[in-house]
Amino acid sequence: MSTLLPPKFGPYGGQFVPETLMPALIELEKAFVDAQKDKGFRKEFEGLLASFVGRPTPLTYAKRLSEQLGGAQIYLKREDLAHTGAHKINNALGQALLVKRMGKKRVVAETGAGQHGVASATAAALLGLECVVYMGSVDITRQEPNVFRMKLLGAEVRPVESGTKTLKDAINEAIRDWVTNVGDTHYLLGSALGPHPYPTIVREFQSVIGIEAREQMLRDVGRLPDTVIACVGGGSNAIGVFSGFVDDEHVELVGVEAGGAGIETGRHAARFGDAAGARVGVIHGTRTYVLQDEDGQIAETHSVSAGLDYAAVGPEHAMMRDSERAFYTSATDTEALSAFQMLCHTEGIIPALESSHAVAEVIKRAPKMRKDQVILVNLSGRGDKDLNTVITELGQNL
Amino acid sequence: MNRIEIAFQNKPIFMPYFPLGYPDLETSIDVIEVLANNGADLIEVGLSFSDPLADGPVIQKATQVALEHGITIRKSLTAIAELRKRGVTIPLILMGYFNPMLAYGLEKFVKDAREAGVDGFIIPDLPLEEAAEFQALVGDMPLIQMLAPTSPNERMETIARNARGFIYLVSVTGVTGARTSISEGLADLIARVREHTSVPVCVGFGIGTPEQAKEVGEMADGVIVGTACVRTIGGSENPVETAKEFAKSFKDEMAN
Repeated sequence: MSTLLPPKFGPYGGQFVPETLMPALIELEKAFVDAQKDKGFRKEFEGLLASFVGRPTPLTYAKRLSEQLGGAQIYLKREDLAHTGAHKINNALGQALLVKRMGKKRVVAETGAGQHGVASATAAALLGLECVVYMGSVDITRQEPNVFRMKLLGAEVRPVESGTKTLKDAINEAIRDWVTNVGDTHYLLGSALGPHPYPTIVREFQSVIGIEAREQMLRDVGRLPDTVIACVGGGSNAIGVFSGFVDDEHVELVGVEAGGAGIETGRHAARFGDAAGARVGVIHGTRTYVLQDEDGQIAETHSVSAGLDYAAVGPEHAMMRDSERAFYTSATDTEALSAFQMLCHTEGIIPALESSHAVAEVIKRAPKMRKDQVILVNLSGRGDKDLNTVITELGQNL
Repeated sequence: MNRIEIAFQNKPIFMPYFPLGYPDLETSIDVIEVLANNGADLIEVGLSFSDPLADGPVIQKATQVALEHGITIRKSLTAIAELRKRGVTIPLILMGYFNPMLAYGLEKFVKDAREAGVDGFIIPDLPLEEAAEFQALVGDMPLIQMLAPTSPNERMETIARNARGFIYLVSVTGVTGARTSISEGLADLIARVREHTSVPVCVGFGIGTPEQAKEVGEMADGVIVGTACVRTIGGSENPVETAKEFAKSFKDEMAN
């Protein structure tokens, strides 16, 4: 059986799923390929991105942050200003339109930070689909505002009590629901992960970030950035912004993983950063770098940001890392929290804790760069959802 | 004739699933031995994984317990060798997810499994599209292919034509777990599969009682009983004694 699109990124990716789901993946791939060729579909998607999401999102010059760091000029791609507060809505709307095209009535989604759950609930409400969101009970506690948002939008939020009760277990449960109800249900996967064709579909629907950012850089700044920085959980915002610059070979691409309590503590989610803990493996339908123990059991991960707290990374990132087209590093919880505060104070922007990891890398790099150099940061989401966590973490220091 | 072919000489066959390491390693070895001595014609021996996405709550919980008690592939293969030493001669098929096998090293896994006395493999997250790499290593030990109610005809034909050992036909869409009734379209589904293959067709997912096993056995060459086996035996005070009764009750009803 052959696929319409390449199912792998070098040795990574693929379709490691039960047979029951294979026909659904084949149907999804066909619907996606047809839709991409259909001008009507593209027009509807682009129309919604403009009129509903509010795209293009602005490019903001972070003047005070740049001055304070004393090196490179820093620009922020403001995905935090997209409707629902993060880049996740781009992909959720795209897939929801595919669901309509396939004639399905129901979507299931997983969520970690809650941003993809909110985006899915929003897209489902807009297009009249039934929506069930699986969320680990640990994440439900730390991202409570998003749980209420999903419920307000008409979605059912099902707490997941199995395993580590975080994102990976939410994905397991979403897949179990999908395999049971595959006839009328689409799995609205939120990151550039999972079995083919998901990593390709999610990248295509998120590529709008990179396309806009490149145009805005050329138009507003008159040049391309030297460096593009994004946080990487599964890696959808990063692959979206990277895709706009991947052919510009002189533009450095940097992904920032969650360093948690520090790589040396073992409590982190840095798949590329931990040579001892991460190996190539298969999880949730895809072959990629996976944090696991020596027996191949998936490891528990840790990050202050729920959206980066996951044991595997999108397969295209694995390929870009091997080919050295992109460079991957990590930021600890402490570094992310400090970056969070710095952006609040210097720019009047409260970033998501996920995006704060990208800002933390800017803080490390910018001072070492010349003033005529330029960094573009993908500010993937806003931080309102994280206030409980931040108050707990910073306590008296706030 | 290999052990799998011998097992299918008297059809339909009874094929229970039980995970090694549950409720503990010693008990699980005893349970599998007792199942084999009391009517099981082939046993699917479960390998545990932290993220069993094709399994329902009962098997999830059992394999979680096995992992908490320290089960590994290495210990599982030693247990298989022990079962052979104890005189178990029926086919033992390893059923597990792909990642722990990758971590063990595929070539070494297949070699060690063969030496331990394993007869074949079922890997739920390794569909036809991804099977080539493993298929190239197994030699005469079959990688059992699964078919589902959702498999379209053309796909069913490709999979069935190349199947070895037997076909694992998933009777319902969903995860493992007993259902109250047998799917209505099952006879048609089995007939569709038989058009394309001469290997035995075995049905699993959702079969929980001896009566259901008998009903399915009238249509299929083998009946796979997983969740009910794990729940009944694992939940009892004397798992080994319960395993004996469990195997007998299914075998007797199916032979009726």
